[in-house]
Amino acid sequence: MYTQGLDSKADQGAQPSPRLVTDNDIRFQERIDAEEKIEPRDWMPDGYRRTLVRQIAQHAHSEIVGMLPEGNWITRAPSLRRKVALLAKVQDEGGHGLYLYSAAETLGVSRDELVEQLLAGKAKYSSIFNYPTLTWADIGAIGWLVDGAAIMNQVPLCRCSYGPYARAMIRVCREESFHQRQGYELMLALANGTAEQKRMAQDALNRWWWPSLMMFGPSDDQSAHSAQNMAWKIKRFSNDELRQRFVDATVPQAEFLGLTIPDPDLRLNAETGHYEFGAIDWSEFNEILKGNGPCNRERLEARRKAWDEGAWVREAATAHAAKRAQRHLKNVG
Amino acid sequence: MTIDTQQALFGFALRLGDTSLVLGHRLSEWCGHAPELEEDIALTNIALDLVGHARLWLSLAGEAEGQGRDEDRLAYRRDVFDYRNHLLVEQPNRDFGHTIVRQFLHDAWAVELYERLATSPDAGVAGIAAKALKEVRYHVQHSAEWVIRLGDGTAVSHAKTQEALDRLWPYTGEMFEADAASSALAAAGIAPALADLRATWAARVADTVAEATLTRPADGWMHKGGLRGEHSEHLGYLLAEMQFLPRAYPDAVW
Ligand SMILES: [Fe+2]
Ligand SMILES: [Fe+2]
Ligand SMILES: [Fe+2]
Repeated sequence: MYTQGLDSKADQGAQPSPRLVTDNDIRFQERIDAEEKIEPRDWMPDGYRRTLVRQIAQHAHSEIVGMLPEGNWITRAPSLRRKVALLAKVQDEGGHGLYLYSAAETLGVSRDELVEQLLAGKAKYSSIFNYPTLTWADIGAIGWLVDGAAIMNQVPLCRCSYGPYARAMIRVCREESFHQRQGYELMLALANGTAEQKRMAQDALNRWWWPSLMMFGPSDDQSAHSAQNMAWKIKRFSNDELRQRFVDATVPQAEFLGLTIPDPDLRLNAETGHYEFGAIDWSEFNEILKGNGPCNRERLEARRKAWDEGAWVREAATAHAAKRAQRHLKNVG
Repeated sequence: MTIDTQQALFGFALRLGDTSLVLGHRLSEWCGHAPELEEDIALTNIALDLVGHARLWLSLAGEAEGQGRDEDRLAYRRDVFDYRNHLLVEQPNRDFGHTIVRQFLHDAWAVELYERLATSPDAGVAGIAAKALKEVRYHVQHSAEWVIRLGDGTAVSHAKTQEALDRLWPYTGEMFEADAASSALAAAGIAPALADLRATWAARVADTVAEATLTRPADGWMHKGGLRGEHSEHLGYLLAEMQFLPRAYPDAVW
């Protein structure tokens, strides 16, 4: 998902280290088990805090980096109605970034620190945003598949044990489901359009299908610390469970569009009622996490350029605020 | 040249629609690249408003024209010489300072115009203006605050903003320039004479520029041409990008 980097075994930072279980730990776990929300001033284990900071920060970075592939088509949207819808969507994603950074700040980190980590290449964001948007249909495919996958993961996060994160997710999910419907409607227009539009739609599905499945992170047997996160109710369902739900929901939608999912092994298992699907190419996923995706460098470069070129503007705003405060003091004093 | 009211409405709505659309397009180029997240959201939001205004004006233009052209037909199937936007708004973003100064000079004009249009006896014009007015009041507040922050910020930001103001000032004359359409509507009492907006615009600009510790450039020679379709080289690239899909797939509905 947007926070899939957390699940990789190579990523040791959030591994719970063995330590003594204290009374605080026991009380904390009892509160979690009773479905109480943990609030910023409450006692919490360091591991819980660390995991949440990393997860929320990755989620926030994903929203911000995610503005780039979609923003890539705003100036080329093919109708004014679509342009307005895309502007609104990308603006929403920026808003999601903002609430999520605020939620992370309740855990004692600053947004600037988190942004610095992103720009230094030390923080992760969802692998999905390292793929390019090559045609207009990619905007439909992202809304339908990427926002669709995000919803699968984020709806359970609305019940996350950490209050500020859960509350941010409620607001985010409402908007993501709107994005998903809008993306699907865009795909439908293409699928029902000219032969060229239909080809565009199929091509986008071909390129976005597997990366969307990878958004859920490594398969359960490869996932490093699901058990602790489940116990803390940061995570409620495993990566594979969520991925399966996504496939089950999405395959009929593709059929309705008259598009073909690029997986020759995909079939409905009549007994289980679930779709079985082919093997995911985890080597591609791992390469992207290492920075070798088609757009990893471009995405970070774009974020750094915006940050560096904006430095004089931020400095001006700070300097002006200081001058104002000074004048105010003089007037009062 | 005298023209009838419908023709005048077409021309005037096209001028406002094109100006809103081109400026909205320029702002949307910032999306994901602004100096800070709040500003990314604000600029995108203003772009969204402006494209929204463009849709209303272009739809009105299409109705007034009566040839069956809708907002998209007008936005996507006209070439540079049929665009009627002010040259100011097609100027490239260059940096955040130029973007903000361009925005402020336009917003200060748009507020003056929409305040007057909101009471127009033409219900179509008044309706669009009343809706847009709420938004452009916020826009001018936003851009004026930034002009002040940048002008009265650091030595670097002051210099950059003064440079932007000097560079863009010669594009401000066109906003007050009458053309056949605006003159006909002014004569019919449907729209104000654009020259009448100048005094209040200039006063607002002078206040903000002074608060920003910037120097208001002298009114000298002014660029002209947008109103008769003679644009800068920049507009062609903007339209090439904006119109690519409808031009490449002329039969498609999106
Ligand atoms: Fe989002
Ligand atoms: Fe999200
Ligand atoms: Fe979204």
